[in-house]
Amino acid sequence: MSAAPSVLYDAPGPRALRRARVLSVVSVLVLATLLVLAGLRLNETGQFEPERWSPLFWPGDESFASVWGQLRIGITNTLLAAALAIVFSLVLGVALTTARLLLGRYARLPLVLVAEVLRGAPVVILIFFAARVLPQFGVELSQRWYLVIGLTAYNFVVIGEILRAGVAALPRGQREAGLAIGLTPRQTVLQIQMPQAFRLMLPALISQLVVIVKDTSLAALILTGPLELLNAGKRIERFLDNPLQTYLLVALLYIVLNSLLGLLATYVDRRLGRARGGQAAPVDQDRAVSTANLGANSSGGGVGGIAT
Amino acid sequence: MDVLVDNFDLFAGGFLGSLKIIVYSLVGALVLGTVLAMMRVSPVAPLRQFGSGYVSVVRNSPLTIMLFFTAFVLPELGFNRPFFQLGVLGLSLYTAAFVCEAIRSGINAVPSGQAEAARAIGLTFGQSLATVVMPQALRTVVPPLGSVVIAMMKNSAIVGAFGVGGDLFAVGKRLTSAQGFAVLPVLVGMLLGYLLITLTTAALLSRLESKVAILR
Repeated sequence: MSAAPSVLYDAPGPRALRRARVLSVVSVLVLATLLVLAGLRLNETGQFEPERWSPLFWPGDESFASVWGQLRIGITNTLLAAALAIVFSLVLGVALTTARLLLGRYARLPLVLVAEVLRGAPVVILIFFAARVLPQFGVELSQRWYLVIGLTAYNFVVIGEILRAGVAALPRGQREAGLAIGLTPRQTVLQIQMPQAFRLMLPALISQLVVIVKDTSLAALILTGPLELLNAGKRIERFLDNPLQTYLLVALLYIVLNSLLGLLATYVDRRLGRARGGQAAPVDQDRAVSTANLGANSSGGGVGGIAT
Repeated sequence: MDVLVDNFDLFAGGFLGSLKIIVYSLVGALVLGTVLAMMRVSPVAPLRQFGSGYVSVVRNSPLTIMLFFTAFVLPELGFNRPFFQLGVLGLSLYTAAFVCEAIRSGINAVPSGQAEAARAIGLTFGQSLATVVMPQALRTVVPPLGSVVIAMMKNSAIVGAFGVGGDLFAVGKRLTSAQGFAVLPVLVGMLLGYLLITLTTAALLSRLESKVAILR
């Protein structure tokens, strides 16, 4: 955010600069006033009392160790549930996309229907009903698995869509070349198209991982376990009776976790972008040359020559 | 499937409850999100920083925790309101960050030549914004904003998951805990309700999209 976005206004002149400075001061004052008002309200309700903060932030406090023990378990469980969900979602997502690509228009209709229903359903409902419906069919699992199943039911469809977009974005020649060298359609999808689509869509897939990490917190709302991060926070808050401070810390932990994932996504994006950028030019040239040649062959030298 | 028929009133009530949450939150999120987007593209640095700070904080934390804040922490600070309002507030605050990003990306997608040309023919800032940039940005914004809106409709179930929102999910939750045996039909009923909302919206949005689409 160093340079101002440029679409809307020119590089500011002296008068605009002065105006921007005045507005800056005013807006800082307004924001500061709001902050002070909030602070006063917090103070009035005793939110700044040290015993509300020290168990969370001061290592000397007697509860500090147990609080952070809980939080550590919470982080581990959150990451574990998210990791399991993403792995299952990836496997099923690849299977779904492969099936959709290989089946005929009518044969894939049921798949499309199921996918649309799952994608249109709130993930919280899928988790809730994984925990309610599965036991009725005799599948008794721990709460963690209900969370993972609910998350997977939603996210494998989303990941399938991401991969499908990736396949659609590939040059058509990839598939044609695969078929031309004698691979079966299934081999072409699995060995040629899918790996490239996966690479192309890696940043989007990582962003989806952020969504999954966030959604693990739904367990705190509708399941009795596992002790993921927000559930750990709930338990700590019940013990210390300081919801503001505890949830602030928990939110901070989520933000740190997800920001790291976000950084990973931008890093991957940049790396892939550079790799593609390096290759794109020659590939495009090749393709341009070959189409030009084709044109020359099919429609006579003169026209082809002019076209090139 | 008897559960669905017998409790149709309950489901209908829940459906309306969901719609109520959605409509109020949508208005709140659109207003707040537009304000945030204006902050993020303004020439005033502190506002820009506030906007981007808000967006990155909210986008990286779960909606659940935002709702914990509005539902449990605000009353602690003496802000006692019915849960419905607190839930709508939380959902609006959360969705606003995503609305802001959609609108900002729309503004940034307008080629800078457009605004330059507007300035070159002597339009003021307000004129160029109102007659050149915004009409183009709004069209680009329709698809991403649409998916934000649909995501918000599904997120309204999380407000209901607190069990007091009186929406579709709250109804389903109550029915399953009251009867215990007929879970699957209740699930089907709830899914139908949400699909009715999301699919209708998606259809409307795609019509809108094809109407306002521009070729670049």
